[in-house]
Amino acid sequence: MAELFQLQIVSPNRVFYEGEVTMVEMNTSDGEMGVYAKHIPLTTVVAPGLVTIHEESDVKFAAIHSGFAVIMPDKVTIMAEVAEWPDEIDIDRAEDSKTRAERRLAEADPSTDIVRAEMSLRRALTRIEASQK
Amino acid sequence: MASMRDIQRRRASIQSTGQITKAMKLVSTVKLQKARTKAEQTKPYFSYMYSTMVDMLKRTKNINHPYLTPASEENTKKAVIVITSNRGLAGGYNNNVVKELLNSGFDKADVSVFAVGRKGKDTLARRGYNIVADYSDMIDEPVYGDAKTIGEAVLKEFTEGNIGEIYLLYTSFKNTVSHEPKMIKLLPFNVEDMESEEQDTKEAPMTFEPDEDEVLDAIIPKYINSLIYGALMEAVASENGARMQAMDSATSNAEEMIADLSLKYNRARQGSITQELTEIIAGAEAIN
Repeated sequence: MAELFQLQIVSPNRVFYEGEVTMVEMNTSDGEMGVYAKHIPLTTVVAPGLVTIHEESDVKFAAIHSGFAVIMPDKVTIMAEVAEWPDEIDIDRAEDSKTRAERRLAEADPSTDIVRAEMSLRRALTRIEASQK
Repeated sequence: MASMRDIQRRRASIQSTGQITKAMKLVSTVKLQKARTKAEQTKPYFSYMYSTMVDMLKRTKNINHPYLTPASEENTKKAVIVITSNRGLAGGYNNNVVKELLNSGFDKADVSVFAVGRKGKDTLARRGYNIVADYSDMIDEPVYGDAKTIGEAVLKEFTEGNIGEIYLLYTSFKNTVSHEPKMIKLLPFNVEDMESEEQDTKEAPMTFEPDEDEVLDAIIPKYINSLIYGALMEAVASENGARMQAMDSATSNAEEMIADLSLKYNRARQGSITQELTEIIAGAEAIN
């Protein structure tokens, strides 16, 4: 049995998740990353993506948009600007905004804010991915 | 002595004012409770953010990030985010915030105001302050995205070198009856201030991924946003608290005045009856 550690996911509106877990997987700006207990102290930027929380007997998924994680040997804190459980996600809206963002990117209109469109596409994709779990 | 009719009219008008203030008090009580719960929910995020910042700044060695270096002597320009309310009738709530800025000792010409709340914006504009941006729509129901918009705007000015310091002016909410205006400095950080809170420093040094600068780049704006968000939440709670208090005293003043006027009215009524009786008796006696 893998060792347990404290995981905390905090968003501006609430303490999103708090509990003992064996592993947490997340998307960082350098790629995907899985953390077990006794990790070296590390601060990393979290990219929009799926967070997989491995509890002792259960696996949970959540969508996280933009934030950072502070990893300590016995504790991981993820500060997320937005965090959502799959059942909180409105799939139709996510699909809509995905199409909208794709269209905006395809148009290649010089006035569109490419970064912004890409961000919203990524957010939509994360939401869709999370809600399919 | 005022006539009975005048007194009655006056009393009726005060009575309806009292009803309004009473209703307003009830409304702001409910709003206060809501705002308070919300403000309390944002606390964990903010306090983690703060402790992480302190922790990080202590662990990092060579801090020469632009956000952390003090402003140069020549750049005396300051951005102040002033959070007030859109509506009045909240006692000294808005005035106190404005006063705090007037007493801050900042040169009027140096200050660019990022106003949240129409009352503060109007007063400061009248006093000749330079209002750069107005986010008054946000104060009614602040969400995190609003804080982000403001944060991004001030940070942009800061990184472009248009301003050297960023301040946040809001009313901090201590409890239902006590709220006071507070001005805090957002940027640049005073690392010494933060380090004064002594913690154990023998822990392993922090690693940063991808690297220190990039992590600081990502985290400091979020820290600023969370501060602004927290301030917005507290300001809303304070506004409703202040309004509740103001309306409470207005209601009790109205009640006092009504009691006073009722007494006067009764006296006037009694006076007129007595007078009438005296007249009748005098008339009857004259016949005899």
